[in-house]
Amino acid sequence: MTTSSLTRATLAKDLRLEWRSKDAINSMLFFALLVVVIFSFSFNPTAEESRQIAGGLVWVAFLFAAVVALNQTWARELRNQVLDAYRVSPAPANSLFLAKAFGNFIFVAVLEALMTPLFIVFYNLRALGPTWQLPVVAALGTWALVVNGTFFAAMSIRTRSREIMLPLLLFPISIPAVLAMVEATSAILSGEYSARPWIALLATYDVVFTTGCLLLFETVLDAE
Amino acid sequence: MPPASHTESAANVAPIVVVTDLIKQFGRFAALRGVSASFDAGRLYAILGDNGAGKTTLLRSLAGLTRPNRGTVSMLGTSDLRSVCHQVGYMAHPSLLYDEMSGMENLRYFARLYSIEDNERCASVIRAVALDPELARPVGQYSQGMRQRMSLARALLNDPKILLLDEPFSNVDVRSAREMVGLLAKMRDAGKTIFVVTHQAALLEGAADEFVWMEAGKIVSRTSSLQPVEAR
Repeated sequence: MTTSSLTRATLAKDLRLEWRSKDAINSMLFFALLVVVIFSFSFNPTAEESRQIAGGLVWVAFLFAAVVALNQTWARELRNQVLDAYRVSPAPANSLFLAKAFGNFIFVAVLEALMTPLFIVFYNLRALGPTWQLPVVAALGTWALVVNGTFFAAMSIRTRSREIMLPLLLFPISIPAVLAMVEATSAILSGEYSARPWIALLATYDVVFTTGCLLLFETVLDAE
Repeated sequence: MPPASHTESAANVAPIVVVTDLIKQFGRFAALRGVSASFDAGRLYAILGDNGAGKTTLLRSLAGLTRPNRGTVSMLGTSDLRSVCHQVGYMAHPSLLYDEMSGMENLRYFARLYSIEDNERCASVIRAVALDPELARPVGQYSQGMRQRMSLARALLNDPKILLLDEPFSNVDVRSAREMVGLLAKMRDAGKTIFVVTHQAALLEGAADEFVWMEAGKIVSRTSSLQPVEAR
């Protein structure tokens, strides 16, 4: 079995479990919906102001909602200590990590696809810059959140207050990525400056942290 | 007691598991305090002892799930347990199964981890533990006894040479437990080495080759029958 086929098997299993339980997607959607509604009541921006602040609002909502899903990722493996069954098998640790990261990417991408129209309606958004760059920023930004999130969620599974530990570990290390996501999104929406440097920063961040997580995951998985 | 021919042949084989001066501490609590022992291939070992004696920690050390603070575990001639993990089956006290999936779905997934593509292998181990592979009910809706048996099926999936079982008979009715013991004895007769951590030692009387008694993180006695252990 290759790493990719093991990753696919674990991903398929995770998607099946999520389809049956809907634990992550329901809690993420409910949380993100609340954020959109609360923000829309809190601010009453003009179309121009919306373009300036929407990048921040959108990504903060997705970041907080993603944490909900990330906490669920490993909780499933702790029930009945199923993670031990993986650890005693000859399957490589990185297949598990990649499957979890891809799974979270799919969950957060589904959330973004469902919530983006609501953001557009609530904040009367219209991009003045190159719109085709938005999916690129979304994909790179989402991967930045989930790759670190999956890693730090794995690190915190054996701690007593893991729901608190995950944001404490994840948010500080995500600051460069969040900054790049917000700036790139604001640049595309306002059309006032180029998003390319921020997209390049995001891509670099993704490569560096994906490599780091893959190199360190086995140690995290075997930690007691 | 096991058949005489089996006992004689077992005496001629080299140790398959060697544990040397194993120490494991959890904070201030020493779960294992210098355990040294060797175990021969093709034998069924019952590991007994009170709660906190170190039975589960020893089993987890053999499975490579717990890293000892000191000492070594050698299995199948190597101390690199990762390199022989495909020849080891492990059943823990919890089921190690996904509650939301059926038994067959669980086993199909775990089979992939061992590069087993054959669905018939999954079905045959489920049948071996007297369950129905066609049962579509999720494992979460199984009775505790069924879950234990499915958990044993998962441990047998890769046809391991060494089987590590932690409390396989807990919450299993006597008839099913006896069936499980019969299956384990058959596997032992087929040359597998089996370690069973249990509080129900009487079930293994007549099937186990050796009773290994643990106390306060040490092996204090190894006997071929249960009587001397009970007389302690």
